[in-house]
Amino acid sequence: MAEVPKKLTIPAEEHICSGHLACQGCGAVLAMRYALKALGPNTVYTVPACCWSVIDGPFPYTTLGVPLFHIAFEAAAASAAGLAAGLEMVGKEDVNVVAWAGDGGTADIGIQALSGAAERNDNIMYICYDNEAYMNTGVQRSSSTPWGAWTTTTPARHFKKRPKKNLVDIMVAHQIPYVATAAIAFPEDVLKKVNKAKQIKGTKYLQIFASCPPGWRMAPEYAVKSVRMAVNARVWPLLEVDNGVYTITRKPRKPLPVADYLRLQGRFSHLTEEQVEEIQQMVDHNWERLLFLEKSTHEMAGIPLEEKKKTKEPDK
Amino acid sequence: MTEKVEIRGARDMPPMAKSLGRMSWNKTGSWRNVTPVIDYDKCTSCMLCWKFCPDLAVTCADPPEIILEYCKGCGVCAEECPVDAIVMREGL
Ligand SMILES: Cc1ncc(C[n+]2csc(CCOP(=O)(O)OP(=O)(O)O)c2C)c(N)n1
Ligand code: SF4
Ligand code: SF4
Ligand SMILES: [Mg+2]
Repeated sequence: MAEVPKKLTIPAEEHICSGHLACQGCGAVLAMRYALKALGPNTVYTVPACCWSVIDGPFPYTTLGVPLFHIAFEAAAASAAGLAAGLEMVGKEDVNVVAWAGDGGTADIGIQALSGAAERNDNIMYICYDNEAYMNTGVQRSSSTPWGAWTTTTPARHFKKRPKKNLVDIMVAHQIPYVATAAIAFPEDVLKKVNKAKQIKGTKYLQIFASCPPGWRMAPEYAVKSVRMAVNARVWPLLEVDNGVYTITRKPRKPLPVADYLRLQGRFSHLTEEQVEEIQQMVDHNWERLLFLEKSTHEMAGIPLEEKKKTKEPDK
Repeated sequence: MTEKVEIRGARDMPPMAKSLGRMSWNKTGSWRNVTPVIDYDKCTSCMLCWKFCPDLAVTCADPPEIILEYCKGCGVCAEECPVDAIVMREGL
């Protein structure tokens, strides 16, 4: 066999295998692949109903190289909290307990259990892969679906008229030690944040933006490109919130127009120019809000805000 | 393990909800209707195709190779290749 190339920017070792049941170009698989590269084999997952319940394979087979518990839709955080408590009782302190759920299972159906675990600051990592709808059951609107999007329950003529629920701020309000966002187009950043979260005791919340080509009405080859565009258009800002202190971890030098991001996906194809402009304004407003939060929370904590090197790569 | 564990009846089931094997027996290459082809004259072994393949169907080797047994033909590798060394050919 040819030798392992030297230029790798993420570890070569894989903890998931080929043969899984995800659609062509599934971003949720990439999210899992990168997260596990950081977590390593000493990890246990609890997964509520979501595409990953199917992707992993039918009983008695599995795709992951680590234990995975299939559990009820609303119970991701509760079951992880129980596992963490059990492991603590038998003196196993070095196991990463991860609740892994979709955006529907997080922002809607599992939010009560998640809020409970976060309020208790249970020692778990909660990772939501966010594809902005209930994909496994055929693309129904979730509270994480953005304004303007088509889904089967918000058809084009009655597209979603409410903004995406801001789960990051909801989790920050619980005063847990670590909250972060990531995106599958930036694997090194996913690894960095999961690695950091792994070292922290208490509740850690990560939300990974992950494409779903069928649900986004998009060609599968754009699975990574679309997510990169979401970040570079500031639709999905990459953030880190350490004990309440906000840091924007990627500041696109020349942000893409939101229209470029929307154009790739059929779920936004019904929007008029005015409506696209409306989305641009929401995105700009949110960015301003984040810059303000970054500045003010750093000031309040007495931490100097280091001027991040502007990204050198082209913001394509 | 790439062999499928055959379950013929209750007797073959594990004693508890425990998996008996990995999904790698499932050769997803049959899902494909377009096939990536790497032009090795252009390939710089940057490994972006390996990094972004959702099906782990690109070998982590210099130079990378497509594992046709599993490749579902999504086209992500071709789209992400910075030097356009991968083209998607019609058919298996
Ligand atoms: C209590 C309950 N209600 C509804 C369902 C049906 N169901 C299974 S998966 C799913 C969608 C999950 O959406 P999300 O959490 O966003 O994950 P995704 O499928 O998008 O990966 C639904 C509605 C269920 N399994 N249990
Ligand atoms: S429906 Fe979407 S999230 Fe689910 S497996 Fe397919 S691509 Fe992945
Ligand atoms: S076409 Fe898709 S599945 Fe096949 S090697 Fe490329 S990225 Fe992987
Ligand atoms: Mg979803």
